Amino acid sequence: MLALSNLHAEGDGFVPPSTNDFNLPPISESISWLTKPVLLVFLSVILVSVFFVLSSRKAAVVPSKLQFAGESIYAFVRNDLARDVIGHDFMRFVPYLFTLFTFVLTNNIFGIVPFLQFPAMSHVGFPYVLAVFTFVVFHYVGIRKQGLGKYLKEIAFMPGVPKPVYILLTPIELATFFLVRPLTLSLRLFANMFAGHLLLLVFIMGGDYMMHDSHLIMKLFSPFSFAFGIALTFFEFMVQCLQAYIFTLLTALYIAGALADEH
Amino acid sequence: MRSINLLAEGEAANPLIPHTAELVVGTIAFTLLFLVLRKAVVPMFEKAFTARTEAIEGGIERAEKAQLEAQRALVQYNEQLSSAQGEASKLREEARIQGAAILEELRTKAQEEAARITATAHASIEAERQQAITSLRNEVGALAVELASKIVGEALDDQARQSRIVERFIEDLEKSK
Repeated sequence: MLALSNLHAEGDGFVPPSTNDFNLPPISESISWLTKPVLLVFLSVILVSVFFVLSSRKAAVVPSKLQFAGESIYAFVRNDLARDVIGHDFMRFVPYLFTLFTFVLTNNIFGIVPFLQFPAMSHVGFPYVLAVFTFVVFHYVGIRKQGLGKYLKEIAFMPGVPKPVYILLTPIELATFFLVRPLTLSLRLFANMFAGHLLLLVFIMGGDYMMHDSHLIMKLFSPFSFAFGIALTFFEFMVQCLQAYIFTLLTALYIAGALADEH
Repeated sequence: MRSINLLAEGEAANPLIPHTAELVVGTIAFTLLFLVLRKAVVPMFEKAFTARTEAIEGGIERAEKAQLEAQRALVQYNEQLSSAQGEASKLREEARIQGAAILEELRTKAQEEAARITATAHASIEAERQQAITSLRNEVGALAVELASKIVGEALDDQARQSRIVERFIEDLEKSK
């Protein structure tokens, strides 16, 4: 892998896509931080804002087509995620969950949108940020609800468990709440997007390589590689939606857990 | 492009190490989006949802009220109908009884009248017959006496004899019949 990633000269055989394919150079060399994923994230903010502001601006009892489209997504997050998971007092968290879902979904889908074709969430910095937000939100909610001492005590010493079990359980619970949850939340999203994009790269670049190869058999098999790449694109779309859903769902679950009287 | 990339990297990048710029951009972008959606989108959708719920509930309420009213009207209508039917049958019964009574009365009257007329007719016929017999007797007697006196040539002015002769004459008449 290491050796291959350094070999970019043409004609040396197929160079499989590597992690370096995710390190896109800055758009302009003078602004080193302005890379493609950064631009895409800003684009997603603009697109999501414009779409939902337009669709909700004249929200009426009888919705227009645009309102219906925006409203359906909003109602999905509001009812199926926030209300059904958090239950009572869920309205407080709807704006956060709604932003989370639309933000992640849009940036994920960028991975298969022609010309954009890069899932911003495959850059681990963005999922980290989102996981930190969720981390802060659900701990804050729990501390506000039960007080810092009681909240920590409930996490560390789960009630209704025989005392000796705490030797095992307490470290596990503490690790779950303060380490595992944010890490899995961000890494799951990152890894899915990263792997998905890599997979697409393999088949599309592989097809391209085979098409330009001198061997006839390679040329003949090249369309299959492309076809598989296209099929995987549909699969990726599913994964992208699913990951946005899971991220939001888990956030809602963590909030619900912090709000519950007992874990 | 490739060379720039390699220069920037130096070595193979660890994909788990975030870029500082991306952390900052991610935070800003997410916060921005959150503020926009919370301020401008969520309240509008919520308003529409509330209005819709109210519209539906109001509609249901109106429909229930209308149904109640219709039911009340139906009950009232049924009551009126049944009372009208009762009244009609009562009237019919009364009319039937009255009609029968009138008919009976008329029949009796007619029979009485007929009987009376028959009786009157009988009486007048009888009277006329008697009158006819009497006058016939007198006339026939006078005629017969006159005839006889003419024929016999003797005056039969004696009352007693005269009537005896008439009697005999009539008896002869009846016998010869």
